[in-house]
Amino acid sequence: MQRFVWGRYWSVVKKEIIQIKRDRPSLGIALVMPLMLLFLFGYAVNTDVNDIKMVVWNQSPSAVSRELVDQFVNTHVFQVTTVVNGYQAIEAMLDEGSADVALVIGPDYTRLRDRSEPVHVQMLIDGSDPNIARTATSHAQLIVQNQAITLQEEKRQKQGMGELKPPLGLEARVLFNPNMESIVFNIPGLIGLIMQNVTMILTAFSLVREKERGTMEQLIVTPIRPLELMLGKITPYVGVGLFSFCLVLLVGTYWFGVPVKGSISLLVTLSILFLVTTLLLGIFISTIARTQLQAMQMAFALILPSVLLSGFMFPRDSMPVVIQWFGGLVPLTYFLEILRGIFLKGAGFEALWRDVVGMGVFCLFILTVAILRFRKKIE
Amino acid sequence: MSVAIHCEQLTKRFGDRVAVNNLTLTVPKGSIYGFLGPNGSGKSTTIRMLCGLLTPTTGKGTVLGFDVMTQSEEIKQRIGYMSQKFSLYEDLTVEENLDFYAGVYQLNVAERKQRKKELIEMASLMGREKQLAGSLSGGWKQRLALSCALLHKPELLILDEPTAGVDPVSRRIFWEVIHQLADEGITVLVTTHYMDEAQTCDWIGFIFFGDLLAEGTPQELIDQRGGGNLEDVFIDLVKREEARQRGEGA
Ligand SMILES: Nc1ncnc2c1ncn2[C@@H]1O[C@H](COP(=O)(O)OP(=O)(O)OP(=O)(O)O)[C@@H](O)[C@H]1O
Ligand SMILES: [Mg+2]
Repeated sequence: MQRFVWGRYWSVVKKEIIQIKRDRPSLGIALVMPLMLLFLFGYAVNTDVNDIKMVVWNQSPSAVSRELVDQFVNTHVFQVTTVVNGYQAIEAMLDEGSADVALVIGPDYTRLRDRSEPVHVQMLIDGSDPNIARTATSHAQLIVQNQAITLQEEKRQKQGMGELKPPLGLEARVLFNPNMESIVFNIPGLIGLIMQNVTMILTAFSLVREKERGTMEQLIVTPIRPLELMLGKITPYVGVGLFSFCLVLLVGTYWFGVPVKGSISLLVTLSILFLVTTLLLGIFISTIARTQLQAMQMAFALILPSVLLSGFMFPRDSMPVVIQWFGGLVPLTYFLEILRGIFLKGAGFEALWRDVVGMGVFCLFILTVAILRFRKKIE
Repeated sequence: MSVAIHCEQLTKRFGDRVAVNNLTLTVPKGSIYGFLGPNGSGKSTTIRMLCGLLTPTTGKGTVLGFDVMTQSEEIKQRIGYMSQKFSLYEDLTVEENLDFYAGVYQLNVAERKQRKKELIEMASLMGREKQLAGSLSGGWKQRLALSCALLHKPELLILDEPTAGVDPVSRRIFWEVIHQLADEGITVLVTTHYMDEAQTCDWIGFIFFGDLLAEGTPQELIDQRGGGNLEDVFIDLVKREEARQRGEGA
């Protein structure tokens, strides 16, 4: 390959900046779309389960049974919507979705409890949303267990045997995201996903547009080199992407309250690397797509694997090894590790260098492929 | 006589369709070569192969002594090309378009300033430097495209229907420029559907369905075919070829 000429590269940069400035609608979309998506997904992808709708059928009304119901309500996980009589009413409510779970307290609950005999309460759970079902089960178990321990202690005290000392206990403390809020986990991922798609579409469009309008034909008969053209094309978009990234970052931290624990400058530096990678991915798309519509479709086709394989939705550790390898082919995988590391753990470069190398290798790879694919031909 | 373009047995196929069929032609240096033929006969395809935009399926060719198959980058540095469809940036102004191509052709600051001034004058674009290229009318657009193609002082100018959709006055001006360039020693390969323009060329090549049917000076062609003017020659050639192909088909 021949020498890289900065003058030619710079001409492309200047031209592209003028065109971006004149194309207000596209610029608007580039800046506003990430924000819109962040708000949209920020609320939609919230997987925390609160306010599980619970109906109660209390067949043994008494102070003790009401106390049990109160225990459920006090966790803020359950919300008692109605009180009913009979399984039919419960089933109807579960069917139509006006209740997620039902708590059934049997007629002899109070009697058996007073006599300190074993007693069961029943919980019916709508399992169609596993997320809700899982949360409901684990919380209900915890509540009932606590209640059981309290009961036993009371019993022993009555018999004058002193306090119950459990021989073994687990004290779990969650680091990095102490309240285990999914939003804290999701927002960094969303930022990465949104940036990937917006920047990819931007560059793909800017090159495919040249094909569609025929300006590429004129450009190809000049001595310009593919590398000069590509880098010249992406340089201004790195700026646009970075600006947009900062906007999204501000909204993520101030609106959604997700703090950045690590170094901002490291975050920005690595984000630039990510932007360059996704912009090159856009160029790669443009070497295949002939029309802007095709480019758009290809960009969308890449969203699904990015979401599924990168660890955005499902933890990568639980994937089969082969699928994990495929995940390594998605730049978002590396960037997610980096984002979550810096956001949640305050990780530094020492902890992230593997992902940085992974992303760098991917970046060079896609650049090479794009250059090889970019023929100075119009076929 | 030194040659600017020479190609032999040049063929281009798109799938089954033969767009250019065993084309052999020679364009002498310093001449204006008019490339004629009905729509879809393969003119643009030939030109695109010569510019390095398309790779020939078979055959060989040289442009300014460089091989079209292997040395297209050397060729690109030395030719100016105007495509059939306006292909400058409509969202850039006249001046920005010139600046962009000046940068791409690596003109230095002094050259750039001087060439821009000369070419804006040549194309009579004075006062329109700040106008968006997309808002220029047909004739102006074509002259701007010509200016951009001439920035780097090419030895060979390849123009694909530069005067299509241009009014008679602008056409006249455009051809005056072409002749002026030829006088300065630049070789011009130009396609056109206007026979009055073809009449003023030094050489004419006539192509039909990918085959080169006739080549010569305008006067030679008129004398050979015994028509009154080039238009008669054109129509006569097409009719005869069509009759021949029908005969073959039957
Ligand atoms: N990229 C392509 N793919 C398939 N067929 C093509 C392609 N480009 C041109 N052709 C076909 O090749 C033939 C020659 O086309 P070409 O554009 O060279 O004709 P032309 O002489 O320039 O015509 P016009 O006077 O209309 O400009 C046509 O039949 C055209 O449909
Ligand atoms: Mg044509």
